[in-house]
Amino acid sequence: METVAEWFLWLKEAHGIKLTIFYDELDRTRFLKGVWTTIHLSFVCVLASIVIGIAGAWLQMSPLVWVRRIMSGYIAFFRNTPPLVQLYFFYFAVDSALSGLFGIRGGIMSSYGWAVMALSFFAGAFNTEIFRAGIEAVPKSTTEAAQALGYSRFQIFRYITFPLAYRVCLPALNNNLINLVKTTTVAYAIAVPETLYISNQIWSDEYNVPEMMNVVWVVYIVLVGVLVWLMHRWEKAIRVPGFGQ
Amino acid sequence: MLRSIKLALAATIATAAAFAASNASLAGTLEDIIERGKMVVGTKADYAPWGMRDAQGNIVGMEIDMAKDLAKRIGDAAGKEIEVELVAAVASNRMQFLEQGKIDLMIATMSDKLERREVVGIVQPNYYSSGVAVFAHKDSGIKDWPDLEGKNICGTQGAWYNKEWGEKNKANMIVFKGVPEIEAALLDGRCVGWLYDDSAFIPRKVNDPEKWADYSISTPVVADVPWGAAVRKEDVNEGIGKALSAAIIDWHKTGMIVEWEKKWGIPATKWVADMVEKCKAGNKVCDDVLDEGEIK
Repeated sequence: METVAEWFLWLKEAHGIKLTIFYDELDRTRFLKGVWTTIHLSFVCVLASIVIGIAGAWLQMSPLVWVRRIMSGYIAFFRNTPPLVQLYFFYFAVDSALSGLFGIRGGIMSSYGWAVMALSFFAGAFNTEIFRAGIEAVPKSTTEAAQALGYSRFQIFRYITFPLAYRVCLPALNNNLINLVKTTTVAYAIAVPETLYISNQIWSDEYNVPEMMNVVWVVYIVLVGVLVWLMHRWEKAIRVPGFGQ
Repeated sequence: MLRSIKLALAATIATAAAFAASNASLAGTLEDIIERGKMVVGTKADYAPWGMRDAQGNIVGMEIDMAKDLAKRIGDAAGKEIEVELVAAVASNRMQFLEQGKIDLMIATMSDKLERREVVGIVQPNYYSSGVAVFAHKDSGIKDWPDLEGKNICGTQGAWYNKEWGEKNKANMIVFKGVPEIEAALLDGRCVGWLYDDSAFIPRKVNDPEKWADYSISTPVVADVPWGAAVRKEDVNEGIGKALSAAIIDWHKTGMIVEWEKKWGIPATKWVADMVEKCKAGNKVCDDVLDEGEIK
């Protein structure tokens, strides 16, 4: 660690490249905290958005018209508005209206909480549509066969439709989850201390904008790279020979 | 005291006049002002209480009082009444107004910077100063900088003092892109204090006392950046520049700036109080020449 710090100090002295995160204790600590925040924010949002997507796709097939209408309302609300606007809306409008109503000072939820909420529902709306596309790709004859065997509607979804649909929609789902990880950067607008927010503070303090831009770029390439690799491994692992080819 | 100032003014005017006579084609700005009987001053009209509009739409404020006082001094020395015409300026055009000759001088909340001295003639000494402070809620328990430890403090993204005064005091900095977001977060109680320029807090208290009733400047003001009054670059060592310098020195010595602060509801600034002492003691900060290291 010492030699790494020394090398980067030399880099600064010799070439004026100021990568303070490698030799300044304060900058390193806050930067690592920022990357960690991005990782767990992404993880929580990815999981929550998949759950919302599955539940949403199931509810969309509901025989009850009002459930279907509410679902299309939810999708329209989250899919037709930019995530940055949603974050501002929840954090500054919804939160202050609710805390005003209940007389709470300091907001009802932290900025991190609102970021999880907005981003999960945002990506969840897309996931709902992605899963619906997958479900519609499952042949009607297959579900009819299950019906004939006495499966209930939930059982058909759980054991027949969803496992097949999931394999069909994985490529589209990968795309959306990758986008979700990248969209976590907008949380810096409501002061969630993630990678971009912290990097912005570091480059404001140290005047090393180009250096930090490169660092941010590398961080996201690596983070998204890991996600893509995991998703591809999973895609391979659950492949059903002869299905969807 | 006043007589000696008058004499000094008369002397500077005389030298300026002599200079003008030797260079007959070029009458100085001060002579023009006296001849016209009118001095055109650029001030802010949107920066309460230094320069703002009253209910009738007139520009009033501390800097306007300064301009009027200067006109009175010049008028007394010249034995003629000098009228003040105010021109509302903003940060992006105030220096251009001066260069173009639209105004004779400018007292418009301008921070004194070396780069600006290359464009306009900022006279010595500085007349005021603003710095960085925390505007905190009365229940926050913030009385001084060390009290920030562990507290949520709002700030602006990219401000240099976030690290220097926020994080080094172990505050939990919550930074936003713009001032409106910070205001919303502060009023919602997401942070107990706001780290920013102190001169931005005072207009809020003046314009909107009810909204900000629970908030006040709670730490000492630090990182002072002095404000400079300016004339055209070529006028800085001429009659008008010297007259403005002499007036500022006298305002400090006689405590007039302290009086104006009281009149306009501005909390007493330590920088101003220190200047009164320095000027009385004849410190070279309070003369009309720029000494080494006075401006960064």
